[in-house]
Amino acid sequence: MSTDTPVHEGPGILVERPFPAAARDALKDAQLRRNIGKATTTIRAKRRNAVAEMPDWEALRDAGYAIKRDALRRLDENLLKLDASVTAAGGTVHWARDGAEANRIVGDILAGHGAEEVLKIKSLTTDETGLNGALEARGIDAIETDLAEVIVQKGGDRSSHILVPAIHRNRAEIRAIFKRELPDTDDLTDDPKALTAAARRYLREKFMTVPCAVSGANFAVAETGSVAIFESEGNGRMCLTLPRVLITVMGIEKVVPRWDDMAAFLQLLPRSSTAERMNPYNSVWSGTRAGEGPEEFHLVLLDNGRTAVLADEAARDTLNCIRCSACLNICPVYERTGGRAYGSTYPGPIGAILTPQLDPSAEAATLPFASSLCGACYEVCPVKIDIPRILVHLRSKANAAKGTTGEALAMAAMARVFGSERLYALAQRAVAVGQRPFVRDGQIRALPGPLAGWTAMRDLAPVPKQSFRGWWAERKR
Amino acid sequence: MKISLFIGCFNDTLFPDTGRAVVEVLERLGHAVDFPLAQTCCGQMHNNSGYGADATALMRRHLDVFDGAETVVCPSSSCVVTVRQAYPRLAAATGDAALLDRARALAGRTFEFAEFLVKKLGLEDVGAYYPHRVTYHSTCNSLRGLGLGDAALKLLRGVRGLDLVELPGAEQCCGFGGTFAVKNAETSIAMLTDKLAAIRGTGAEVCTAVDNSCLMHIAGGLSRERSGRRTLHLAEILNSVEGSMAS
Repeated sequence: MSTDTPVHEGPGILVERPFPAAARDALKDAQLRRNIGKATTTIRAKRRNAVAEMPDWEALRDAGYAIKRDALRRLDENLLKLDASVTAAGGTVHWARDGAEANRIVGDILAGHGAEEVLKIKSLTTDETGLNGALEARGIDAIETDLAEVIVQKGGDRSSHILVPAIHRNRAEIRAIFKRELPDTDDLTDDPKALTAAARRYLREKFMTVPCAVSGANFAVAETGSVAIFESEGNGRMCLTLPRVLITVMGIEKVVPRWDDMAAFLQLLPRSSTAERMNPYNSVWSGTRAGEGPEEFHLVLLDNGRTAVLADEAARDTLNCIRCSACLNICPVYERTGGRAYGSTYPGPIGAILTPQLDPSAEAATLPFASSLCGACYEVCPVKIDIPRILVHLRSKANAAKGTTGEALAMAAMARVFGSERLYALAQRAVAVGQRPFVRDGQIRALPGPLAGWTAMRDLAPVPKQSFRGWWAERKR
Repeated sequence: MKISLFIGCFNDTLFPDTGRAVVEVLERLGHAVDFPLAQTCCGQMHNNSGYGADATALMRRHLDVFDGAETVVCPSSSCVVTVRQAYPRLAAATGDAALLDRARALAGRTFEFAEFLVKKLGLEDVGAYYPHRVTYHSTCNSLRGLGLGDAALKLLRGVRGLDLVELPGAEQCCGFGGTFAVKNAETSIAMLTDKLAAIRGTGAEVCTAVDNSCLMHIAGGLSRERSGRRTLHLAEILNSVEGSMAS
């Protein structure tokens, strides 16, 4: 819903409704579909060109995949090494089992400094843990500094894309939000330059006055204790360099063993995500240094279900994700429904596999079914996550968790019919007879029960009198 | 060549004309065709819907039927993808090494119909005549699952009288996706709506593909539009010859 109605602001994974119901509402919003369709079409074309420039793209994908597989296989070693390297470089490492623990750690550090405000670089991980809400409860105001996040935050909204959180907003909507929420915007037009300038005025003042910041991380290097953020605006760099205290919250899967491993991702990530050859701002920092940058650096390592994903061999590759968003931009389902239908920080195909693994609710278990298994996500994924295969695996797990449903019984009954040539041929004839009440003018225009969805806008041709096997048997006589 | 036909339950029951066309084209090309009557369903729906145990049972049955076949040809890209990609995974999950060997072997001998004609037989012209304006929807399973490339387009270009028009956004999914079309009907229909608009834009009389499941979905939408446009499996176009009653 692209109106200005504030929606739930809380933890980033809150799948409150089954996907089909949430999608139904999103699909009714023609403006939302136009906004998202336009944006994804543009970025798809740009990405295709950016990738086509690389003669060794497939080799790079293989390398990215291999590095992530290896890094995750030795995750324990890599994390211990990272802890030691960060500590040696003057940082402090914290371990958080879940989102609540991470939020408590961050809140305690900020409270220890008497902070009432904290700068934020756009971070999916802290969105996942619902950090902003947790800080608010302690009287600390989290100030998003990524332009799109400002739009989402000030709009009382939730992000609908992992890279372009305000993808669902057009500039008229942004103008209305800014006029309502930012100072000195009485004469604001919807010219993108004017909108950006208004945000800049607001942000510059915050950068110069707020002494604490929270970031996420794109990667961390175990051997050097370095943390990296790649971004486009430079607002992130402001947060990383100006404040006195910097806290980074990082999912444990982001660690790679060696500095050299970054080479592949520095090429794969920007082309896959923003269709740029390189990110405009690549910030890498290792601990603290006197007279330069933050005086205090904290690294919070977040599990929040990730070790369970790692333990499931068939789903493990989910953790390869470098959050580039290429799968969202290519996905025909995401293109129609937008991100909010997925009810999570992580929408689109990657969300359809990651969210249900982090959130055990029955609502989240509907996400792996929100795909036609068209395979476009796997084809674009820079780290070769076979998302369709993992979707099917998670469908099995969801079915098993539900136990004996009507669908499971029907599937078992069909499997029995297919188990016998005789029963199968009988069933073919039964369908040909059973369909008769539904056939009008040579088409089936309305079906009952669970099949009604089919005939909502589609006809169905009736089953022909003679099956292929019937024709074959007759011909052989 | 001795060819064993794999006509999945979907085509067998709902689209018998496609199977007949495959038989007639292959026989016209001089091949011996057999249809093992013991075959039923490859288990695609069970596998894709998350009923792996049922799918594994159906795989075992399918392997029993086709273990002895030299070459298996099937006019459905999604059934072929099931045999080629899902079977080795299902077999591996059982831990039965012999079953995995059988699954891998069958995966290597099973071909989609257009793929078989172009890539195995090296044919692009099968002597067909079909004087209509046609557009081709590259199904997701043929495009990404099989890597069919332009094999089907080559065959269509080889059909005399046929006016082939390119389908914009051909690589985009039509929205069928098996049970997805029912479980997420609204999203499926939103995808179909765009596909129908693209087909309308080409001015084609017929939309063809190498999978009747996608075509059934598209045909359902076209029928509701009452546009007079229709769908037809590629095999049926290739089976249409001069002087025949072009279907």
